[in-house]
Amino acid sequence: MSDLDDVLVDETNVDEPRAGENLAILKGHSSPGRLERVLRSGAFAVTSELAPPDSADPNEVYRRAAMFDGVVDGINATDGSGANCHMSSIAVSALLARKGYSTVLQMACRDRNRIAIQGEILGAAAFGVANVLCLTGDGVLAGDHPESKPVFDLGSMTLLKTVKMMRDESRFLSGRDLDTPPRLFIGAAANPFAPPADFRAQRLASKIQAGAQFIQTQYCFDIPMFKDYMAKVGDLGLLDDVFILAGIGPMASAKSASWIRDNVPGIHIPDAIIQRLEGAGKKQKTEGRKICVELIQQLQEIEGVSGVHIMAYRQEEAVKSIVKASGVLGDRQPWQPTA
Amino acid sequence: MYLMRKWSVSRAAKFDFIYQKLEKVLVWLEPFWMKLGYERVEKPLAFIEKHVKGFLFDCQMCGQCALHDTGMSCPMNCPKKLRNGPCGGVRANGKCELDENMNCVWVEAWRGQQLMTGAGKQDAPVSSILAVQFPVDHRLAGHSSWLRAVRLKHQDAEQN
Repeated sequence: MSDLDDVLVDETNVDEPRAGENLAILKGHSSPGRLERVLRSGAFAVTSELAPPDSADPNEVYRRAAMFDGVVDGINATDGSGANCHMSSIAVSALLARKGYSTVLQMACRDRNRIAIQGEILGAAAFGVANVLCLTGDGVLAGDHPESKPVFDLGSMTLLKTVKMMRDESRFLSGRDLDTPPRLFIGAAANPFAPPADFRAQRLASKIQAGAQFIQTQYCFDIPMFKDYMAKVGDLGLLDDVFILAGIGPMASAKSASWIRDNVPGIHIPDAIIQRLEGAGKKQKTEGRKICVELIQQLQEIEGVSGVHIMAYRQEEAVKSIVKASGVLGDRQPWQPTA
Repeated sequence: MYLMRKWSVSRAAKFDFIYQKLEKVLVWLEPFWMKLGYERVEKPLAFIEKHVKGFLFDCQMCGQCALHDTGMSCPMNCPKKLRNGPCGGVRANGKCELDENMNCVWVEAWRGQQLMTGAGKQDAPVSSILAVQFPVDHRLAGHSSWLRAVRLKHQDAEQN
């Protein structure tokens, strides 16, 4: 146990490391990450999503991350979302970790087999990434390279199991031992709004069993339906086993909301939201952000919701004002890089 | 064929019953397989399995059949080859996100599983559909999963 004791230090005076160096792992924590600390402290957490650039310029990554400074506890780097090609999530996460940011590495199973994935997990942890979101990934037909080969050697569930095995049992899927296991806080996605409805809460239970410690959900525009889902999750006794961050985001207009509803798989937007946007006439963008603020406040009230995950695609600059207007952070000031 | 596949899921309980019987017969015939040599029976048995299950379930011969745990809906027909439940992209009408002419394999699986376990009944057994399946062993592709099941059962029996 002596190895472990070296890592576990007391909770005082460990909060600000030098940028690019990991925090200490607190007792009972799995990762050296800030996101896990915030969630375990009982605070309402905010995470957001960074769209990796179509560029080889690291400054573009830093510029995009800076838009969230001071209002988020973690930045997700998407992994070829929508099966479109962008800078890799692991590179984005590594660049940001170097600056001290808390990053959530999104790892999808679409493009790599289990050999590549396990190598990336080790590499990411070595780069200072403390959180990994285990995803199946969008099918290649949805993206800009529909002719490519879909891999899907693992799926979200088996990926969760794999990362957990690497961390807790310190071995690869093959059984071969690791010298140093990756200290990761393991996350998964959930879509409370897709059929079969009865299956969804049960599926969350399976994901938790497979290793998920936090969940980031699909966009929650339908509060009654989400409450229903959370009640089922509560009935299964899962609320103490996982931190649930409800997904949310501003819609730019009624037109774009309808387009997203019809064309992006798995997104459920009630008619009422679209009508409200339409009713705002020329101020639809402002109305969209207002709706987002209101939904965040409503989500905070739901039992078992530990935070929100803001996906503001092409409106990233609005995240700061949305979070501030919602007041969910209270007096808390999330970490930001010192100038 | 997609229509046949749907028809088979609607009769999931019956097919599961038939398979249980078939497995008993195959296990009972174990000394016979042993005598002939597993390698020798592998090819003809895989041929039969491929055509029977191919016709009924659009079986893809992964060699590690999960039909019993997936409501008789073959998960290898999922474009993402998901063996542990549906992804988040299922359309509101239950169709696949990547093929709007096809019901989600897991929506079908859930339907088949309800028929098999008699959900709603008080004494319904715990649904094996929720158990987390291991990643696919790609070395087994094209092999008979019936023969593999018989072999595993036999090995288990010998160990106990």
